[in-house]
Amino acid sequence: IIRQKNPKKKTYYAAHVMTPLLSAPGEKMAAVQDAPMELDSEKETKPEILSDGTSNLSGNTASGTLSSPPLTAGGAPKQEDQQTLIAVLQFLRRNKLTESVDILRREACLEDQEDSQTLDGSGGGKGDGDGGDANSLLSRVSIASAAAPQSTLTPIPVKSEYDQPDVSVVLSAYSQQGDPSLYQVYYTGLKNFIESVLDCHRAELSQLFYPLFVHMYLELVYNNHETKAKAFFEKFSGDQECYYQDDLQILCGLTKKEHLKGNEALLDFRTSRFVLRISRDSYQLLKRHLQERHNNQIWNIIQEHLYIDIFDGMPRSKSQIDSMSGSFAGETRREVNKAKVFYGLLKEPEIEVPLDDEDDEAENEEGKPKKKKTKKDSMGSKSKKQDPNAPQQNRIPLPELKDSDKLDKIMYMKESTKRIRLGPENLPSICFYSFLNAYQGLTAVDFTDDSSLLAGGFADSTVRVWSATPKKLRKVKSAAELNLIDKESDDVLERIMDEKTASESKNLYGHSGPVYGVSFSPDRNYLLSSSEDGTVRLWSLQTFTCLVGYKGHNYPVWDTHFSPFGYYFVSGGHDRVARLWATDHYQPLRIFAGHLADVTCTRFHPNSNYVVTGSTDRTIRLWDVLNGNCVRFFTGHKGPIHSLAFSPNGKFLASGSTDGRVLLWDIGHGLMIGELKGHTDTIYALKFSRDGEILASGSMDNTVRLWDSMKAFDDMETDDFTAATGHIPLPDNSQELLLGMYHSKSTPVTHLHFTRRNLLLAAGAYNSQ
Amino acid sequence: MAEERRQKLCSVILPTESMKAIAESVGVGSLQEESCLALSEEVSYRIKEIAQDALKFMHHGKRRKLTTGDIDHALKLKNVEPLYGFQSQEFIPFRFASGGGRELHFYEEKEVDLSDIINTPLPRVPLDVSLKAHWLSIDGVQPAIPENPPPVPKEQQKTDSTEPLKAVKPGQEEEGSIQTKGQGASSAEVKGKEKMRMKPRSTHELSVEQQLYYKEITEACVGSCEAKRAEALQSIATDPGLYQMLPRFSTFISEGVRVNVVQNNLALLIYLMRMVKALMDNPTLYLEKYLHELIPAVVTCIVSKQLCLRPDVDNHWALRDFAARLMAQSCKTFSTTTNNIQSRITKTFTKALLDDKTQWTTRYGCIAGLAELGHDVIKTLIIPRLSVEGARIKAVMDGPVVSNIDKIGADHVQSLLLKHCACVVAKTRPLPDMVDQYKADYGYLGTMLCSHVVKARAQAAFQAQTVNRTTLTITQPRPTLSMSQSGLSASSGSRTPNIIKVPSSLTLMSTRPGTPTQPSPPATKYIVMATSAGAASTQQVITLSSSQSGSSVTSTVPSNPTSLQPLVKLESGTTGAVSGSRPLQKYIVVSLPSSSSSLENKGSGVLPSSTSPISMESAVKLERSESPAANIQSPH
Repeated sequence: IIRQKNPKKKTYYAAHVMTPLLSAPGEKMAAVQDAPMELDSEKETKPEILSDGTSNLSGNTASGTLSSPPLTAGGAPKQEDQQTLIAVLQFLRRNKLTESVDILRREACLEDQEDSQTLDGSGGGKGDGDGGDANSLLSRVSIASAAAPQSTLTPIPVKSEYDQPDVSVVLSAYSQQGDPSLYQVYYTGLKNFIESVLDCHRAELSQLFYPLFVHMYLELVYNNHETKAKAFFEKFSGDQECYYQDDLQILCGLTKKEHLKGNEALLDFRTSRFVLRISRDSYQLLKRHLQERHNNQIWNIIQEHLYIDIFDGMPRSKSQIDSMSGSFAGETRREVNKAKVFYGLLKEPEIEVPLDDEDDEAENEEGKPKKKKTKKDSMGSKSKKQDPNAPQQNRIPLPELKDSDKLDKIMYMKESTKRIRLGPENLPSICFYSFLNAYQGLTAVDFTDDSSLLAGGFADSTVRVWSATPKKLRKVKSAAELNLIDKESDDVLERIMDEKTASESKNLYGHSGPVYGVSFSPDRNYLLSSSEDGTVRLWSLQTFTCLVGYKGHNYPVWDTHFSPFGYYFVSGGHDRVARLWATDHYQPLRIFAGHLADVTCTRFHPNSNYVVTGSTDRTIRLWDVLNGNCVRFFTGHKGPIHSLAFSPNGKFLASGSTDGRVLLWDIGHGLMIGELKGHTDTIYALKFSRDGEILASGSMDNTVRLWDSMKAFDDMETDDFTAATGHIPLPDNSQELLLGMYHSKSTPVTHLHFTRRNLLLAAGAYNSQ
Repeated sequence: MAEERRQKLCSVILPTESMKAIAESVGVGSLQEESCLALSEEVSYRIKEIAQDALKFMHHGKRRKLTTGDIDHALKLKNVEPLYGFQSQEFIPFRFASGGGRELHFYEEKEVDLSDIINTPLPRVPLDVSLKAHWLSIDGVQPAIPENPPPVPKEQQKTDSTEPLKAVKPGQEEEGSIQTKGQGASSAEVKGKEKMRMKPRSTHELSVEQQLYYKEITEACVGSCEAKRAEALQSIATDPGLYQMLPRFSTFISEGVRVNVVQNNLALLIYLMRMVKALMDNPTLYLEKYLHELIPAVVTCIVSKQLCLRPDVDNHWALRDFAARLMAQSCKTFSTTTNNIQSRITKTFTKALLDDKTQWTTRYGCIAGLAELGHDVIKTLIIPRLSVEGARIKAVMDGPVVSNIDKIGADHVQSLLLKHCACVVAKTRPLPDMVDQYKADYGYLGTMLCSHVVKARAQAAFQAQTVNRTTLTITQPRPTLSMSQSGLSASSGSRTPNIIKVPSSLTLMSTRPGTPTQPSPPATKYIVMATSAGAASTQQVITLSSSQSGSSVTSTVPSNPTSLQPLVKLESGTTGAVSGSRPLQKYIVVSLPSSSSSLENKGSGVLPSSTSPISMESAVKLERSESPAANIQSPH
């Protein structure tokens, strides 16, 4: 028997416990409110029916800034909310989560009589809670709500606040439904109606088919009408859009009530409302129809399980709808992407460069410092003026620059003066690094920013580091040997390195499962790797040993990525959350929860204030590192997302998925602005050139393709954004934007990287079959 | 569409019989039908769930193949103990047996002799991961190096040449346009949709490197150094980036033949034919477009009146044979209903054959050319002519001595006719081989033909009796053929050339102008491969013949891991001897994977599943024994 385990539950516990505040090495930061706080506080501020379990995570506007007491909207909390809170407090206390209890009480202004101070301060028993506790808590919650006088109105939202851990509560909403034999009649009735309406409304209303179909099917299954469910499925599954194929496949295997319990994907479908965007006219039409027919069954489903985002204006066309739909939980609500995102780049620190002249003699001696500045200006908005879209320099604390970092910055500037200006007429050269004899075991690759090192993660749990330059990899001598060297000598840094064991590659052993993500720190001193064994490991590239194993994800960690400024990193895994870590904390600083399925890939924004995650639920979310809010939510992919890349100026995002399409997004406006079709298999690698002129994509179909990203973005910017409706007509110009396509010899492309001089490096494992 | 989709989605459920079988295998005797049904539904659902999770691992492992490891990880997600030890190929633990009205499923547990395992040499350690860099593109142009795929895939070359008028499909259109862009030629100026409609013109400029390569290769091919020539031919036969040079090569060959036929330079003609052969062998090239140049050249080498300066001494017959074989091969590969190569060639040959004035040399060529085209051609076109040809030969042999050359020619034609007709006659003619009958049917050649047929029959019978396998035709370019051999003794090695025609040009290779070669007994090479349950296999090369050519070739043959039963494989030594003076026969004795997996490999599904396990025996023993494993039909 397969034991059920809900990763979500763990997540929430962890969130409550999470106390370490974001702090840079050395300095302490003012109290930043933790993400989970609003999770708690939101309970009170949610009287309306439409709220659901995940809304708090999907960019709720209620709270978010520092230390603003979020309790406001609804005046005094209702009786039942009070009850709920007490239940939560009791639960927390039982699990010895003292700090959380305190904070919650403070936040909720509860001066409850029962909160005695008898708790011992041994906070941190995060793993103690088990299913039984959750259930008893839940039962109490529902009892409490049932006892409350207004219970008729709000049982569902109250439950849905908590129902993710508990299956029976989630599903019980299905229990009191009508005659199963009429389902087909209902569905057919709606279908006939939608097919009979005017063309302009039909496309919009057709969106209803899929969510209704799934909910009706699940209702039938839940109520043990197995044969009816099967008949229903057979009759109508063919009508659904082809991009829901994967979900339908899961659905068709599910025929018993018991199956529902373990299936997280469907529980999520149930708990999160499927979002549809429909114009007001179409909605009125639908409403009138349903009321005329007294079709309460469908109306109930729409009321309870769907969220219809009504907008004023022209109904959308089929292609517009198709470009945005396809995700697990419908489209984005418009208001979700309204929050301001500071996508600009941080000001580059001023670096005095006296070293410069002595360091280099060959070319343009006197012109160098000046040139650097001009170059920088042309590259982006890094001038002395603050970019209006950039976040505050200290919005999140960043590590101070060390001397070595400054040296590296100088190197970077020097290199960038030699950078090739790319464009449609000037395509980059591509150097392909093939992994031979990898036996299908190569799972992840990363290059350092200066392209000197290359790391590969393998299915046999190893991580290997290669030197991409003739310089061999050396490690620091052992402690005993270090004692022997002369510490006063000038070349002490040279002397500590062990020449004898220098080699072209080093193996790092420590993981106990396939390594799915690797990422170098920007200073090239560390390497991160994430693995199936549930850990993220930090390796030193000085000693080539493991320094820390970050445990937190209990399930495979699919990806990890270092912040462009170092110190922070993000990881995402099968437990559906992404976590933000600092290298010197063993627990995560932030937990980004909200995806309905595995978080498959994670990337830091170039200004380090945001993190983007892609998921198997076919959505992309952008999270604010400062407060843990989801500030952007992108739908449109038709398959799990496996690659993400920010443009170097931070304004745009590219994402690639198993459906072989690359989508381009404008972060500031929260809009899809382009679609690049052409790949025939999963896109595992995306990278913008150093000045953002070219987007390179690498795929399982053994090709590297180069796209004219400048043109794609420019075309869009000339249009005025119809941000109000949230959709713009997408030109179908993939062919024009495709600048080049290069086949490799049965070598899927796993990683792409532009060197500082805009040479494109690609990497992949050669398949001999 | 909807229909199809529904088909795919319909939920598949394990049969209830499986539940019964599994229950039985764990000792639960009688399971009720209802419980079986409930169980099978539950199990099917769980299996699907696990498979879906396993897919995630496959995607993240960046693979297209689902592995047992993925399933293990998916089980781990569900907190189920993974199934260990399922890495081997032969992994279905259940065996099925029926008899006496009962069906049984059982675990097959083989008895393993420990000493066998201990004595098996360790598999070669798998190679470590290594990193290699190459240029995928230089300033937007993909260089034609072996690391990159050929610029124009063979399929496209084929469609280009066979269906030039075919409208370019959307997918190809994109490829074509990119291709031209990729070639970086002058196509950049042409923009817009019009260009898409046009068939992408391939540029005929060669880069400096390609020009150098072309020069080197052509010089080596016709030069005097045999080692260099072998290398050059090897390069032509294997390098992927030759597409652009193909027109040059084909012109080189056709011009070369034209000049050298006039000058009667046999050696050069031979070299040029070997180039044709190498081009044909190259898997990335499709020669259809250049046949108009190549075929005349080849046909010239088959039927030309005179190919060498001293027709009485030089062995131009071998060249004719070789070219005839090339011709047959190109007929096989390129003949279509539109170009009708085969019928046109056949007509040409027949016309020359029917002509009385045709010289013996040309006659020989025509017959060789026709004979190579297959048994049907021999049956319909040559055998009816046997009596006429016989009379002609008789006239030369028994008549007044006209010239030595004619006599030699007639002699060659006679042996050629006998060789080719004997096996066809042996197959078609009913049994009693009466000399008189033959004489009546085939005239002068009847007597000799009869004895040849008898020999051929005996040989076939001998083969069929010793081993349960048919002889293989080896006119295929594929180098590896499996065959059975009766015993590994040296005597059998010397017999093989009779049975197996090796298409290689090895006799020709040694031909120096002016000196006919003596066919010498081939050096026989046995490669004994021993495998064990690892990824790699070890192999030894045992050369039995003392007359071993200078280069000992150790070829790596991919072998199936986990295998116990040996199988004999023969590899034709096309590329074997670099400087060799004799054809090489390589016997690769590889061990055969046990029944289930070998069935997949060989594609013949006739073996009963209840194969008795055969422990690792010496190869000799296996071949003598009529073991089921030896029953496997060769794929040819």
